[in-house]
Amino acid sequence: MTEPGRLTVRKTYKLYIGGAFPRSESGRSYPVTSSKGDFLANAALASRKDARDAVIAARKAFPGWSGATAYNRGQILYRIAEMLEGRRAQFADEVAAADGVSARKAGELVDAAVDRLVWYAGWSDKIGAIRGSANPVAGPYLNLSTAEPVGVVAVAAPPEGPLLGLISVIAPVIVTGNTCVVVASERAPLPAVTLAEALATSDLPGGVVNLLTGRLGELAPWLASHMDVNALDLTGCPDDLALSCEQAAAENLKRVFRPSGKPDWLADPGTARLTAFLETKTVWHPIGV
Amino acid sequence: MFEYAPAPESRDIVDIRPSYGLFVNGEWVDSLGDERAKTINPASEEVLAEFAMADDADVDRAVAAARKAYESVWGRLPGRERAKYLFRIARIIQERARELAVLESLDNGKPIRESRDVDLPLVAAHFFYYAGWADKLAYAGFGRRTADGAGFADPRPLGVAAQVIPWNFPLLMLAWKVAPALACGNTVVLKPAETTPLTALAFAEICRQADLPPGVVNIVTGAGATGAALVAHPDVNKVAFTGSTEVGRQIARTVAGTGKKLTLELGGKAANIVFDDAPLDQAVEGIVNGIFFNQGHVCCAGSRLLVQESIEEELLAALKRRLGTLRLGDPLDKNTDIGAINSAAQLDKIKELSEAGEQEGAERWSPPCPLPDKGFWFPPTLFTGVAQSHRIAREEIFGPVLSVLTFRTPAEAVEKANNTPYGLSAGVWTEKGSRILWMAERLRAGVVWSNTFNRFDPTSPFGGYKESGYGREGGVHGLEAYLDV
Repeated sequence: MTEPGRLTVRKTYKLYIGGAFPRSESGRSYPVTSSKGDFLANAALASRKDARDAVIAARKAFPGWSGATAYNRGQILYRIAEMLEGRRAQFADEVAAADGVSARKAGELVDAAVDRLVWYAGWSDKIGAIRGSANPVAGPYLNLSTAEPVGVVAVAAPPEGPLLGLISVIAPVIVTGNTCVVVASERAPLPAVTLAEALATSDLPGGVVNLLTGRLGELAPWLASHMDVNALDLTGCPDDLALSCEQAAAENLKRVFRPSGKPDWLADPGTARLTAFLETKTVWHPIGV
Repeated sequence: MFEYAPAPESRDIVDIRPSYGLFVNGEWVDSLGDERAKTINPASEEVLAEFAMADDADVDRAVAAARKAYESVWGRLPGRERAKYLFRIARIIQERARELAVLESLDNGKPIRESRDVDLPLVAAHFFYYAGWADKLAYAGFGRRTADGAGFADPRPLGVAAQVIPWNFPLLMLAWKVAPALACGNTVVLKPAETTPLTALAFAEICRQADLPPGVVNIVTGAGATGAALVAHPDVNKVAFTGSTEVGRQIARTVAGTGKKLTLELGGKAANIVFDDAPLDQAVEGIVNGIFFNQGHVCCAGSRLLVQESIEEELLAALKRRLGTLRLGDPLDKNTDIGAINSAAQLDKIKELSEAGEQEGAERWSPPCPLPDKGFWFPPTLFTGVAQSHRIAREEIFGPVLSVLTFRTPAEAVEKANNTPYGLSAGVWTEKGSRILWMAERLRAGVVWSNTFNRFDPTSPFGGYKESGYGREGGVHGLEAYLDV
C-alpha cells in the first residue's frame, strides 16, 4: 500500500540482451496500455540493431549453455520457476492489467506458468532418452543417435498469454540447450520484462534468453533473414507475416516451427515444441580388438 | 601397379527398352506433352534409352492417381498388409539385384563393385527395415497412450508424398524415400534425376511384379521443371528432396506457408580430421573411401582433409602412394575403383572448381592416370596448401577432388571443421577414445564417422545440420518425416 502523499517509484521497462537491461539503441519507446486503454508504461521499441545485438548475445551464450549438463539446465529452469513463484503477486497484477482478467484468473495463469516451467525443467535430462537411439546396424559398429540443440532460435511470442504463452514458448527452446531471441507480445510486453528480471536472478547465463519489446512486424523479418539464426518459432506471427518469415528462412534453411491453429496454453503441451528445435547426431565407431 | 586383365560384368542381364513412358496408376502411359530426352552411359556417351519429360498435366495426373490410391486403398490398408507388400518388394530387389546393379552402373557410371556391393544391398535392406515398421508405428514413440488408456494409437500418415531424388545413388535414394513413405501409409509420386532415370523405371516394374495396388507408387521422369511442378502441386502433403542446397532453398521457399511437411537432404563439405595418433593405414583407406567413393558424387563426402600438422608429410606420402593404385575406367569392370563422372555438366563443374583451386594458389596433384577417350572422366585429385577461404575449401565440388588443410590443436580442428554453412557429416581419426567423443560432441554435423567413413545403414538416421537440410532419413527418426506427428 502506498503511504498517503507518497508517490510510487515506477519501473523503467527495458530490453534484456546478453544478461543486461539496455534501452533500445534507437532511443525509441512506445506506450503500453491496459486492456481498458489506460496508460501503463512506456516500453522500449526495439530496433533492427537491437535484434542483431540480441542474436550476437545468443550465439555467444550457446557454447556454454548447450555444453552445460542437462541436470544443470534442469535445475536452472526450476530456479526460474522459484523466482516466478516469489513474484507471483507482481505477475498477477501485470497479467490482470494486460488481459483484463480477474485477479483470481490472473493468479491461476501465473500458477500455470510456474507449473509449465517445472514440467519443462524435468525434460532436460529425459528428452535425450526419448529422442536418442542405439541403432542395430548390420556390421561391427557402435552406432548412437543423440539429440542436440539446433542453436540460436528466434521466437515470436504469442500476442495472447503475456506470461503463460511466453513461458510456454521459451522453456522448451532453452531446456534442451538452445539460446533464443524472443519478441514479446507487442500488446502486452510488461510481463516479459518482469520475467527478464526473474531470469536475471535465476543463474541463467546472460544471453541464453534475450527479450525484445516492440513491433513484431518490424523485428521478425530481420530475425527471419538473419544468417546466424538457426530456427524460427512463428507462434506469434499473423499469417501474412509468418509466410514472409518462412520464405526468408529458406535462405539459410532455418528450421521453422509454426503451430497449426490457435494454441491452447492451458492444454498439455506435448513434446512438439521440444523436438522442433533439436537435431539428431549419429556417431559411428568400429568395434574390434 | 599390377596389370589386371579386363573383368567386365556382362550387360546382357539388363533389358533396356528403347523408350519409356511414365508410370502412373500402375500403368505405363505416354506423356501428355511431347518433350522427350535421352539418357546416356556416361562412360561411353552411348544412348541407353529415351524417356518422357513430364509436364504439369502429367504431374497432375500422377498426383491424382496417388491421391486416389491413398484415399481408397493404401491409407486404409492395415499396417501388416502394407508391410507384406514392402517385404515382397525387398525380396524382388534381392532377386534382381545383379541386373539392377548393372543397370545402375550403366546409367550412372559408378563402378559395378559399388553398385553391386553397396547400393543394391542397402536398397533391399532399406525396404526390409521399413517393411517391419509398417505395423509397429504405434510403438515408435510419436504418440501418447490413447484416451481410453488401452493402447497406443497409430500415428496417421500425411497423404501424398512428392519425392525428388538425385543422380548419385539413384536407386538407393529411391529406397530411402519410398520405403518409409509407404510403410507409414502414404502414397508417392517420385521424380528421378534426368541423367539417371533407368533404375527408377525398373522399380516401377518391380511394383507391378509385387502387385502393389495401382497409384501407390507413381514415377514421373523429367528435369527441374517437372520437379518444381511436383513440389508445388497443391494436392501433395509432403515434400522430400535430396539434391543441391540451392534447389533445396527454392523448394523451401515454394513450400513456405503451405503446411506441407518438408524434409531436405542437401549438400555438404565434410571435414575428415586425422590426428597424429591415428592408425595411419586405416586413415588412408578412410580418406580414400571418404572422397573417392562414387567418384566423390556423395553429399557426405569427406572433401576437406584436416590433418594434424606433425603428420602431414607422412600422411600425404601414404595417401599419394595409395592413390597411385586406384583403377579408373570401365564402370562394369569388377576391378574398377573409380568410374565415370555422371554427366558432362558435372564434369565441367569439377573442372571449373579445380581450376579455381589452382588460380587461388593451392597445389594440385593427381597420380598418373590415363583417361578413356570417350565418356566423362576426372582423375583422383588432391590439393595441398589450401586455405579456408579458397573456393575448393568452401564449395561442394561433388567430384573426386580432395582439399588438404592442416591444424595443430583439437580446438582448431573443431573450429575449421565447423567453419562451413554445411553440416552433413564429419570424420575423426584418432586412437584416443575420449578425444573422439570430445570431437563428436563439438562437430556440428548430422553424422560423425569415427575411425571409419561413409558407412550407411537403414537403422541409422542420416541428415544434416545447418544448410545441409533438415529431417532425418533412416532409423526410427526417419518415420517422423512421413507421419502426422
